[in-house]
Amino acid sequence: MLTWIALTALLLFSLATYMAGRRKALATTGGKSVLLHSLPGYYGSYAALWVGVPAALLILLFAMFGGRLEAGLLRADPPAAVAALTAPQQDVFYDDARAIAHGGQPSETIYAGDLKTALDAKAAKSTQLGDLIQFGSLALGAVLALVGILIAYPRIGPQFRARNKVEGWVAGLFIVCSVTAILTTAGIVASLVWESWRFFQAVPIHEFLFGTEWNPQIAMRADQYAGTGAFGAVPLFIGTFLIMMIAMVVAAPIGLYSAIYLSEYANPLTRSVVKPLLEILAGVPTVVYGFFAALTVGPIFRSFFNWIGAQLAGGSLDGLAQYLMQVQNQMALVAGAVMGIMLIPFVSSLSDDIINAVPQSLRDGSLAMGATRSETVKKVVLPAALPGIMAAMLLAVSRAVGETMIVTMAAGLQAKTTLNPLDTVTTVTVQIVTLLTGDQEFDSPKTLSAFGLGLTLFVVTLMLNIVALRIVQKYREQYD
Amino acid sequence: MPSQRDDAMAHDTASAPVHIAVDRAHASQPAGAIKIRARDVNVFYGDKQALFDVSLDVPENSVTALIGPSGCGKSTFLRSINRMNDTIAGCKVVGRIELDGEDVNDRSIDPVVLRARVGMVFQKPNPFPKTIFENVAYGPRIHGIATGKAELEAIVESSLKRAGLWAEVADRLHQPGTGLSGGQQQRLVIARAIAVSPEVILMDEPCSALDPIATARIEELIDELRNQYCIVIVTHSMAQAARVSQKTAFFHLGKLVEAGPTGEIFTNPRDSRTQDYITGRFG
Amino acid sequence: MTDAALPNAAANLRQVVEARLKKRHAQEMRFRLYGRMAIIVALSFLALLLGRIVTQGYSTFIDYQIAVPVHLDASRIDKADPTGANYDLLVAESVLAKLGEKDDEFGEKSGKVMEIMSNDLGFQLLKMVREDPTLIGKTITVTGPVKSDAALYFKGQIKRSTPQDSRKLDDQQLDWMDKLKASGAVTSGFNVSFLTNSDSTEPEQAGVLGAIVGSAMMLLVTACLAVPIGVLAATYLEEFAPKNRWTDIIEVNINNLAAVPSIVYGLLGLAVFINWLAVPRSSPLLGGMVLALMALPTIIIATRSALKAVPPSIREAALGVGASRTQTVFHHVLPLAMPGVMTGAILSLAHALGETAPLLMIGMISFVPGVPEGFTGAATVLPVQVFIWENASERGFHERTAAAIIVLLVFMIVMNLAAILVRRRFERRW
Repeated sequence: MLTWIALTALLLFSLATYMAGRRKALATTGGKSVLLHSLPGYYGSYAALWVGVPAALLILLFAMFGGRLEAGLLRADPPAAVAALTAPQQDVFYDDARAIAHGGQPSETIYAGDLKTALDAKAAKSTQLGDLIQFGSLALGAVLALVGILIAYPRIGPQFRARNKVEGWVAGLFIVCSVTAILTTAGIVASLVWESWRFFQAVPIHEFLFGTEWNPQIAMRADQYAGTGAFGAVPLFIGTFLIMMIAMVVAAPIGLYSAIYLSEYANPLTRSVVKPLLEILAGVPTVVYGFFAALTVGPIFRSFFNWIGAQLAGGSLDGLAQYLMQVQNQMALVAGAVMGIMLIPFVSSLSDDIINAVPQSLRDGSLAMGATRSETVKKVVLPAALPGIMAAMLLAVSRAVGETMIVTMAAGLQAKTTLNPLDTVTTVTVQIVTLLTGDQEFDSPKTLSAFGLGLTLFVVTLMLNIVALRIVQKYREQYD
Repeated sequence: MPSQRDDAMAHDTASAPVHIAVDRAHASQPAGAIKIRARDVNVFYGDKQALFDVSLDVPENSVTALIGPSGCGKSTFLRSINRMNDTIAGCKVVGRIELDGEDVNDRSIDPVVLRARVGMVFQKPNPFPKTIFENVAYGPRIHGIATGKAELEAIVESSLKRAGLWAEVADRLHQPGTGLSGGQQQRLVIARAIAVSPEVILMDEPCSALDPIATARIEELIDELRNQYCIVIVTHSMAQAARVSQKTAFFHLGKLVEAGPTGEIFTNPRDSRTQDYITGRFG
Repeated sequence: MTDAALPNAAANLRQVVEARLKKRHAQEMRFRLYGRMAIIVALSFLALLLGRIVTQGYSTFIDYQIAVPVHLDASRIDKADPTGANYDLLVAESVLAKLGEKDDEFGEKSGKVMEIMSNDLGFQLLKMVREDPTLIGKTITVTGPVKSDAALYFKGQIKRSTPQDSRKLDDQQLDWMDKLKASGAVTSGFNVSFLTNSDSTEPEQAGVLGAIVGSAMMLLVTACLAVPIGVLAATYLEEFAPKNRWTDIIEVNINNLAAVPSIVYGLLGLAVFINWLAVPRSSPLLGGMVLALMALPTIIIATRSALKAVPPSIREAALGVGASRTQTVFHHVLPLAMPGVMTGAILSLAHALGETAPLLMIGMISFVPGVPEGFTGAATVLPVQVFIWENASERGFHERTAAAIIVLLVFMIVMNLAAILVRRRFERRW
């Protein structure tokens, strides 16, 4: 709260500096703005930037990290009673002290005797430290703002190139924004690699990548650091692959044929109706597809296969019939088919772009030879567009591999090594969700294994994307 | 005053090559039966009319040139002959265009058959992204003309020879056609067109994307092909029309202004617009 | 010369071509048919998807309210501590009285009534008594929803024809409900409470208000972060940045980020924002930050293409009259590119609105029975609400899941229409 008041005050102060800077600039030339190097507003902005930006950054940094700083300082010279506690107990103790100090909800741990005294002392200390950090940061901010004035104000004069300086600040802002994208990637890579590295300390990487048993749910005793769960991810890879293949079997032909029809056959009216409809299909959130898969497609498929089983029962295929009659809702086929539906518009719009990039002159050349439209498509347009279409399919595969909600809602949790589409499989993304929702302990391999899976997923999709984007780029250059 | 001088200069530069060419054109008089007979052809792109009552006869075994300023409808007329205009949405062709006495727009005429009989070469060379061999073999393959591999190879070879490209590509038939130079690509496209042995070849400004040497090569080729085919060529260059054609038709603003033996059109045009155009007053 | 091999004669060519014509046209028809079928299949999936959701969800918007006069018996409510009384039982007994039945001594019948009356009625009584203890001893009428299973019976989704032991309500309960309906005590109407309530453990009391507010707050954070950063980054890359290795790397990087699976952003949020920056879990602030990172590449790509569409002549004209590059961009290029930028921004925000997976990673899956208290408080959002309800076992939640999807889709459609309107209204062709 105090932070917001301080920031508002700082904003008002910067505005005042803006006015003052502007006025001073005009005053130096007797009110004639023509004699100034820059427009008067730039002088004001220059002063305001020096006053506002460093101080605001400082205050924000303290608002973000002040709590951590305080928590760190609080742990200095622990009382004997606290030092005797185990590390997790200490964590709880300090959290409680801070919660009491800042009006939060302390844990239900009961403290007595020395510990109670220590807790009260630490709580008081926490309040004290918190105030010190907060007011200290505000005071420091005020000092920075004043220093800003001292730096900027004297410089204002007719010869001063205020516009260039302000544009320098703007350029800095630009670069900071552009770097955000790089920082995101760096953040992804760093966090995935760091947590995975911790995971691979507990579970060797080859065991993770090539192990054939996945069972992270095995209960681990509290005192056990590395658990006894099985972390062989091969069943997950196979499950992911199976569902991806089913999805592509659905999406590739339907998406490609609709793209061909739309770009080669459909009249403008049909196009203008069908394309937005397909865009709706593309815009439907994946959680909706998940719902559709779990509550509509799953039961339909199950009763269909059960029905077939019932028809075959007792015949020569009785074994198959018995199997079909026991098929469950959560089969790979359901998740894969629905994911395929989700990918249709994706494949179709990418292929449509690719096919439209094939020059019309090639079509004309083929049609003028007396080829029919389909011969033109099959023998000239598609071969010409092949690399681009391959890239589109790779992008779709990458989407399928990384898709989460449909599989979370419609595929199962059992890690089975099977390629049977009627069986229940689990995928990498399902396991990440399962491992990370619910209670997390950040030093158990169970939780950390999610980051190992995340890293694998990231690397695989990244490679698919890089290859695909490369192909598309080359393809476009060819016809530009 | 300065405008008059400009005109005079334009007249000088334009007329010099014309005279040379006209002599050549006179050497072979347009002869033979009428292959294509167009009567009152009107073409519309949506609401816009692009051709007005065009009537033209195109003789067998000769080169007919369609000339005129850009946007005058000459390409539109060319594209109506093999019904390539069908591929443009909103394009409507009214009137009669007869090929050997049959209306090409008649229901009984299949555009596939029509286009097999009437080949076409475009402004920009458009070889398919396939090998040279596959490019030439494309027509025979889709129409089922060759009955075996040997026959197909024979067709490819003879087509490339007739297009004057054989010597240059004989040793790299299985390399991509797109790797050839612009002029070679255009000859490859001509070879592709003649591989199905069409009766008519339409050429839509076949040299406008080529350099002068490649242009000369194509013009020679057109001259050689004229004995076997009926060729209709749209061209921007009057000099080219004069050099390669026996008959010339002048289009202006969607109308056929006049048509006749090339020599007559260039030396003695009846219409003042033709006169103005060939002397470079506009266009 | 191989000329002889050529089928030179015109008649011959024609015959050869015509011989295969039928087959080729049949192929053509087949091919065209495949294309048509593909489109029909895709569109029927769309129809099936939307149709199923509407048919499953529309019934949520009808609810059945019961009005019961309840006598607040002074002997059963302690004036000093009104919370201690069993209001549900009071309601049940009043309903029984209305039905002309008497409770047996084990309270079996009143227990059965409680199975068909929402405990919202009891809550209402408690609230009224707390606010105004003088009500004790009087008879007041409370109106509230029937239990979701009872509503399902009225909606025809629980059928009398189903054998008694395989449905949740027995014949006696069904009889009672028919009687209540016939007597006019139970009335149906538009379900306002679905839009004004937040999540609840009772299906008939659960609503989407909390999720809508949560989504709105989260999108606000996303928009405030992603749009300015994205637009500035794109402007820098398109208008100022030198073309060198660094900008190439940034460009490739952005294109690849756009295709990173969303769940990976969730892992990033968990590892960096929660564990390192200590942003509060489950909060709209955190969700907004994660989605902002996810929306950033799309916004950058859309903005760049909008900037590319502004013809260079505009820049040259501005530079020509002595404007600096910054002035040129901010005074001329960006305003002209604004419609494209806004369209791209709205579309990527609409996409962010429907995103679920990364939010599960950052703890947004908890039960939040109210409107979020602030940007750092626990919140839920529409798509996650869908996920939570889909997992619930009560049947009443199924229709509510579909209804929540309808609400979500309505918001997405509104955003998409807004994008289309912006494009139509301000689009400029050069």
